[in-house]
Amino acid sequence: MVAPADSTPRPRDIFVRVRALLRICTGSFRDLIPIIVVVAFFQIVVLQQPFPNIERVVVGLVFVVVGLSLFVQGLQISLFPLGEGMADAFARKGSLTALLAFAFFLGFATTVAEPALIAVAAKAAEVAGTAGFISDTEVARNDYALNLRLTVAVSVGAALVLGVFRILKGWPVHYLIIGGYILVIVMTGFAPPEIVGIAYDSGGVTTSTVTVPLVAALGVGLAAAIRGRTPLLDGFGLIALASLTPIIFVLAFGLVV
Amino acid sequence: MAVLLGFQFLVLRRPIPNMRRVIAGFAYVLVGLTLFLVGLQEALFPLGKAMAQQLAALSGGGSENWLDYGWIYAFAAVIGFATTVAEPALIAVSLKAQDVSGGAVSARGLRMAVAIGVAIGVTLGVFRIITGTPLPFYIVAGYIVVVFQAVRCRKEIVPLAFDSGGVTTSTVTVPVVTALGLGLASTIPGRSPLLDGFGLIAFASLFPIMSVMGYAVVSEWMRQRGRRGAKKEEAP
Repeated sequence: MVAPADSTPRPRDIFVRVRALLRICTGSFRDLIPIIVVVAFFQIVVLQQPFPNIERVVVGLVFVVVGLSLFVQGLQISLFPLGEGMADAFARKGSLTALLAFAFFLGFATTVAEPALIAVAAKAAEVAGTAGFISDTEVARNDYALNLRLTVAVSVGAALVLGVFRILKGWPVHYLIIGGYILVIVMTGFAPPEIVGIAYDSGGVTTSTVTVPLVAALGVGLAAAIRGRTPLLDGFGLIALASLTPIIFVLAFGLVV
Repeated sequence: MAVLLGFQFLVLRRPIPNMRRVIAGFAYVLVGLTLFLVGLQEALFPLGKAMAQQLAALSGGGSENWLDYGWIYAFAAVIGFATTVAEPALIAVSLKAQDVSGGAVSARGLRMAVAIGVAIGVTLGVFRIITGTPLPFYIVAGYIVVVFQAVRCRKEIVPLAFDSGGVTTSTVTVPVVTALGLGLASTIPGRSPLLDGFGLIAFASLFPIMSVMGYAVVSEWMRQRGRRGAKKEEAP
């Protein structure tokens, strides 16, 4: 922010803005504190040696905190109210096709934007490149990472469609999850072993900063709008499905590639 | 972004409230994501990797014996526990859980259960990388335990337990843990990063499911025992 030098300064305005920025930073910083404390403890007490490239890491951590704060803040002021309002509106509107289409695109769009998934996909592509699983070029790696992200995003979209359908029908969530597990186990037998670890991890990665609030809004809004469904019981379970289907889809991705 | 706009215009046919705020928010998102990705490359990935390499070197370097890597297990358990206990999403979910279960599950107890689950999960995942045993074996065994528990457990707790597996790993934790696994797999002789390096996140999402359902059973049992004890005292 550039402080106005010669125009009339409005100290209160600036003060308020700085405070808002600091507040969102503390949120991301809280995510980071446990990691810093644990790493520092092990460095000082156990390893008793300086950390390599400490300056770069510290600068990078500041980048992470500020970047994640801005990212989340941006979502909160623009996309979340929009998405929540729409989830609610669609749940009440009653058109099944429109609702299912919305659920799919919501899952897809939020997952493509998920920072944790970007990180893991990039790492997976890098490792796959070095191991000679794909050709070790910038283009091939970017391709692989992008395809991986798109696969996961489609699978989360599919999970939401299934999950919304489940809430509408009132099926118990266990059957879907147990069925999904059986499918995962069967597919693990056929998929190339190189993809299995990445596939299992992608299940846990998808449901993070961006996806969870919007998906929870959809589930709770839907369950509240339909008679005979309790928001807490039926609203949950969407996230569970959204962490199960990526495993299946990424295993399938490994079979195809 | 484009999807939300498309639906807003085409399907709902309503104007977007606060257009200026939406554009400002979108700018925030772009700048924030860029900064985050740079920080990821500079700090979070090197952090996990360096810890894995230094701790492996401390524990006897290229040893094949899994017993030699004590400090790595300790580090894995502590980092799993610490990052989970402080996770804001988990705090929100555990408060909701307290409401749903009618007090059978306390918010603090649930957080502890999830954090212990993640700690066990990451430690076991590290053990798997060090020994090089196949990942599907662990996951399948874990699924069988989860399914068995889900059948035995109170119905209200099941969706909650499954969701708590998903919320444990935050955006900051995931890269560090991923880099830890990959760093370990590339340091220990005979392990391939592609085959052995991944899977830690999967463990961190699977074990909380077990520990939450286990916790629900134990706390129910303790409550019943407490009630029975109270009745005995009243009886004479």
